[in-house]
Amino acid sequence: MLRYTLKRLLSLLISLAVASLVIFVVIEVAPGDPASFMLGMNAQPETLAALRSELGLDVPKVQRYFAWVSGMLSGDFGTSYTYRTPVIDMISGRLWVSLPLALYALVLSSLIAFPAGIFAASRRGQAGDISVMGATQLGVAVPNFWFAMILVLVFAINLRWFAAGGFIGWNNGFWVGLHALTLPAIALALPQAAILARVMRSSLLDVLGEDFMRTARAKGLSERQALWRHGLRNALIPVLTIIGLQFSFLLAGSIIIEQVFYLPGLGRLVFQSISARDLIVVESIVMLLVFSVIMVNFLVDLAYAVVDPRLRSRT
Amino acid sequence: MTLLEIKNLSLSIHNIDILDNITLSVGAGEIVAITGESGSGKSMTALAVMQLLPKGVTTTGQIILNDRVLTELDEPDLCNIRGNDIGMVFQEPMSALNPVHTIGQQVTETIRIHDRSVSRQEAKNRAVETLNRVGLPQDQFPLSRFPHELSGGQRQRVVIAMAIALRPRLLIADEPTTALDVTTQGQILNLLKKLAQEGGMGLLMITHDLAVVADMADRIVVMRAGKIVEQGDTNHLLQNMQHPYTKMLFAASGHQVSLPPITPKLPLLEVKGVVREYRLPRTKIFSTPRTFRAVNDVSFSIRRGERVGLVGESGCGKSTLTRAILGLDQVQSGVISVDGAPVFSGGHPNLDVRRKMQVVFQDPFGSFNPRHRVDRLITEPFHLLADPPKGTARTRAIDEALLAVGLTPQDANKYIHEFSGGQRQRIAIARALIIRPDLILFDEAVSALDVSVRAQILDLLAELCEAYNLTYLFISHDLSVVRTITDRVLVMKSGKIVEHGETTSVFENPRHPYTRALIAAAPVLPDLSQAIA
Repeated sequence: MLRYTLKRLLSLLISLAVASLVIFVVIEVAPGDPASFMLGMNAQPETLAALRSELGLDVPKVQRYFAWVSGMLSGDFGTSYTYRTPVIDMISGRLWVSLPLALYALVLSSLIAFPAGIFAASRRGQAGDISVMGATQLGVAVPNFWFAMILVLVFAINLRWFAAGGFIGWNNGFWVGLHALTLPAIALALPQAAILARVMRSSLLDVLGEDFMRTARAKGLSERQALWRHGLRNALIPVLTIIGLQFSFLLAGSIIIEQVFYLPGLGRLVFQSISARDLIVVESIVMLLVFSVIMVNFLVDLAYAVVDPRLRSRT
Repeated sequence: MTLLEIKNLSLSIHNIDILDNITLSVGAGEIVAITGESGSGKSMTALAVMQLLPKGVTTTGQIILNDRVLTELDEPDLCNIRGNDIGMVFQEPMSALNPVHTIGQQVTETIRIHDRSVSRQEAKNRAVETLNRVGLPQDQFPLSRFPHELSGGQRQRVVIAMAIALRPRLLIADEPTTALDVTTQGQILNLLKKLAQEGGMGLLMITHDLAVVADMADRIVVMRAGKIVEQGDTNHLLQNMQHPYTKMLFAASGHQVSLPPITPKLPLLEVKGVVREYRLPRTKIFSTPRTFRAVNDVSFSIRRGERVGLVGESGCGKSTLTRAILGLDQVQSGVISVDGAPVFSGGHPNLDVRRKMQVVFQDPFGSFNPRHRVDRLITEPFHLLADPPKGTARTRAIDEALLAVGLTPQDANKYIHEFSGGQRQRIAIARALIIRPDLILFDEAVSALDVSVRAQILDLLAELCEAYNLTYLFISHDLSVVRTITDRVLVMKSGKIVEHGETTSVFENPRHPYTRALIAAAPVLPDLSQAIA
């Protein structure tokens, strides 16, 4: 298990190094000069050159890459071209909204999907299965912003249980913050839960057809006992993969939901920075997202090994 | 004393009859074998006793175990009986165990699920004792082992341990050794026999292997298409078979063919000092990876017109050698040549040689594209030819190949799902014959077939030898088949050819200890020529 963990860790570091290089090259190669964008079409060449040198755009690219990477390692992500504030401050403020929101949505989606998937699989072809599958079909098909609007309409405007939008920060206490994130988290979680429930169901159905499930029944386990003791853990591997993928999406892909609920999250920041050609911010956020994806994959890999002993010895 | 009694059991799934009026019984300490070809309802009978039938099944009749009518019990009562009064062993030891639980967890589960008052420690002690009984002593096979750390035979022992942990009165074994090698099969069969004799446990065994049946069973039940055609004490039944189907089954099982005599000619295939290694995963990050020698310095030759067998247990390197001969893999050292030309040259399979060889695989279902018609399937080897026949020449070649394997030219327009298993294997042979190859490789080509179909295919091969003067290498784990269909035989063990010679002399006077063990372990049908006639 230790060797497995070390191997995964090594591959994590290599992935990060490669990713940073790819991000830098792609963004540097992308057309559009931030300096000329900031000064507009009619800028004087001298002013442009001055700004370029101020932003550090005139040094050789290799040097800029290493400066960027070593900066990131020491927590210095550079300064935003447009806002002239340290990128780290801009990101960390947003991260305190996006990260808890993503986690919250993930927990909710798992809480909905696991029971729904298990319920449907254990009643394959029956009315319960058909209604759960119908609901997930709807969940996959309906866009999350529409869910968001319905939630606002029902719970904020009519019932007045939640605020319709905005986020006042964590300073007023954990539960207050969580309360404010509840509607957006539900809106994000519903479509994800629909996908996850379907994966859970089909994965469990595959496992239920395995020979060892029949062995378990022959030992005298009831259908239910066999499902919980032998089915679930074996069905978990594909589900973990999807959870890993969903987390990465939730972290940055929630831009529309952030817009609907007026949340100062990462998604909005990416959008603003791309339109303003604020390359350094884009680079940093993309790198952060890549880091989180790789980190989540690493955790998913470790979770695989916990679930499946065959992976532990196959190193 | 009767332990299990099945009375007039009929069973249908969605109005399709699966079992028809089955009546049989198993006594304490008795071994009863149900035999028959695939689809005869053997396994369904076993599942009916366990009451683990698929959904949508309707049954009539009674199954009685020690005065309790299983067919009338509710699910919780049945759960108490399964594993406690009836244990079951399945065909596939590789998949019958839960891969994420240790063998200890899986054996103790049987004990604790039926009696919660047994402490964990007590259950463990009993699991240790049970594993010991099935031949898995603690010092070599601790409870903490996972299934993937065990071989097929060892896994089957764990499955048996789970089934007998509570000393059930009845053990059902559904093809318990079909997936195992012959030496392992012998050990598992002895174990099952011993368990039945020692504990007075009834054993209901399901197997298609008549040699195993004749060797093991006190009583034989022969099934066909959901009906029992004949049953009786083994000795009596073997000597006085009444039903034509039983006679046919036993005749087909010991089926012998006579190959046309050959006059050895020039060498066709030459294998010289062949080594094929695989790299194993590194054990440490910077260590040099170790290698596994699947084929270790193998040399032999096949002369034109010769029929050669290659036997050995799983993992001995048969398949690796086959791939190397076909030029699908590059070998690390040594030379394989056909008519003097190497099969693999310059990093590619040598096409000139490749068109001289064809192969027939084990699985008649998996080796065809289901979306192509037969004419397209059997003309696939034409792509090896520089100038493949077209138009009427192509049609003529197809007709000829289909007729040669006992099918009709009209079959060319059908799809593969329209054929039975035996017919599919005929089509596979037609595909191999169509370019008139110099050498055909049969890789376990009759292993997946029922005995009656297997007998027909063996007859077909003998006829084709006469008509086409075939040269082939027949790879199989089934010694009885190799014995009748080859002139010479090679015995392979751990990547090496340990014995090689005329088939009859190798089988009659095996010299290598491994060959002797192999022949001794293979169950043999008693001489039934009187009974069958």
